[in-house]
Amino acid sequence: MSHHEVRPAELDIRDVSCTAGGREVLSRVSLTAEPGEVLGVVGPNGAGKSTLLRTAYRQLRPAEGRVLLDGADVFRMPRRSLARRLAALPQETPAEFELTAHDVAAMGRAPHRRRIGGDRLGDERIVTVSLEMVEMAELAHRQFAQLSGGEKQRVLIARALVQEPGMLVLDEPTNHLDMRHQFDVLALVRRLNVTTLAALHDLNLAARFCDRICVLAAGEAVAIGTPVEVLTESLLSEVYGVHTEVGTHPRTGAPTVLFGD
Amino acid sequence: MRSPARAAQAESSSSTEATRPAPERVSPSERRISYPLVLVLLGAALVVAVVVGLAVGSVSLPPSDVTAILVHRVFPGWIDPGWPATYDTIVLDVRLPRVLLAGMVGAGLSAVGTALQALVRNPLADPFLLGISSGASLGAVTLLVTGATVLGTLATPMVAAFAGSTVTLAAVYALASSGGRMTTTRLVLAGVALSYVLSALTDLLLSTASDPHLLSSIRFWRLGSVAGAEWQTLPIPAIVVLAGLAVLLWQSGSLNLLLAGEESAGTLGLDVHRFRTGMFVLVSLMTGVMVAVSGAIGFVGLMVPHAVRMLVGADHRRVLPTAALLGATFLILADLAARTVAAPQEIQLGVLTALCGGPFFVWLLRRQARREKADR
Repeated sequence: MSHHEVRPAELDIRDVSCTAGGREVLSRVSLTAEPGEVLGVVGPNGAGKSTLLRTAYRQLRPAEGRVLLDGADVFRMPRRSLARRLAALPQETPAEFELTAHDVAAMGRAPHRRRIGGDRLGDERIVTVSLEMVEMAELAHRQFAQLSGGEKQRVLIARALVQEPGMLVLDEPTNHLDMRHQFDVLALVRRLNVTTLAALHDLNLAARFCDRICVLAAGEAVAIGTPVEVLTESLLSEVYGVHTEVGTHPRTGAPTVLFGD
Repeated sequence: MRSPARAAQAESSSSTEATRPAPERVSPSERRISYPLVLVLLGAALVVAVVVGLAVGSVSLPPSDVTAILVHRVFPGWIDPGWPATYDTIVLDVRLPRVLLAGMVGAGLSAVGTALQALVRNPLADPFLLGISSGASLGAVTLLVTGATVLGTLATPMVAAFAGSTVTLAAVYALASSGGRMTTTRLVLAGVALSYVLSALTDLLLSTASDPHLLSSIRFWRLGSVAGAEWQTLPIPAIVVLAGLAVLLWQSGSLNLLLAGEESAGTLGLDVHRFRTGMFVLVSLMTGVMVAVSGAIGFVGLMVPHAVRMLVGADHRRVLPTAALLGATFLILADLAARTVAAPQEIQLGVLTALCGGPFFVWLLRRQARREKADR
């Protein structure tokens, strides 16, 4: 078992451009997630949110530009080293096999495990504790396929925690979740001392839980800043083509986005 | 906020297991018998299957004599041979190669099926469904009919079958991933389509063959049989299947990661593309060699992994050894049935496994449909 406190990472996306099928889906996006901050990525469908995240977790090599984690190019470091520092939740679910929730969470130990030989001392405890953090310890031995959407998402987040990462990349972690579980998942992420880059659909959730927000539109980062700076009626109307009323939450002070008339 | 590591440290003194309330619904995984017990039981079943497989046949021998012959063979000083000398010939020269081949092919097909299901993330995958076996058959038949030899007469069908299975798998993979990302559906469809074409080509080739003796032996082999087992044909499949099993077991952790999904496996540190390519070559090699010696024995690679997952869960570190044991036992018993049910006529082993496997496949489909319905 590691006895050190995991240090939050710094993610530096520099002038990243990506093409798909001859079309430019990201053009010269630059973005830095400071250690410990929660950075949201919002934007309309097809704006390039998932593409941007995929370059960060090394699934998609950008045509131009670099992605640096703590100053090192993620595409040049060994995959296992990257997996010990950065955990990601792509938008996919585990296959329909007889996997239990515990099996899924335990996969997060893989990058820490020796190539030959069994589990290391303490691996099991980290899995248990991570499942407890997402309140799934009691259901650990249920079949993953039979869990509800919210339970599945929490188990996948436990898998990411089991990696003991300094950086989390989450692709719409609140997708298909009801209000309470949307809130719980993001509140959990917020409590962790882990740098987080998360694509989010819901602007109110983004405003409530993110330190800063990056707005993507047609593959370009059109605004980066605190929720108050970024979520303005004029920008939202420009990016989404929808008339909105932006107010202020009476207690948290976060901006609130309502549909206009 | 606490990191998992720090929280683990803090809680290492308290026993969380004892205080946790029991879940309200018991899942199948909690009713499972323990893994060591499964291994012991299946190991015992395999030993029994081997002895029965050696004892039963056109001449039935007492199992006690069969056991004594085997023990005498391994530890010559232990027992005084009190059995007729003909028993030695029947057990060691006639039946043992056949039982060993059935066991090896059963273990190998089950392991290959397990690996393929993880590789394509589809529980319906099997060397036959993906066309690999048809490719191997075509390769072997081509050389048998044309009479060409590569690396000696013994190795010829195996080399040809391996070439056939590898080319087929590469073609299926290329077809499935052309014009974008590979999906499981396209992989299976490409496999099934190619498998029809390859079977038709094999039939076409056979219709040009003139030697009736060769033709009937090829027909028999194609439907799956271990009747042709001899000591001299055993070493190559033994080495390939055992080494293949060892490699699969060594890579079982990575096979586990594939279940998480392609991108997730990548984020957990696995080079998915390289790993999958290497595994596909290994699976082709194992399938090719097994098809060369025993023809197309279908559905074993489909049924056994499923039964095993119900017994020990999805972790490949457990699934692979268990599947090898169960597959070996199953095929030895199936072969016993094949040569005794309609004696003195022999039924092809592939026909028997298909008779069990077809209904199993339908049951699997219905179960999957029920689950999908329950999800909605």
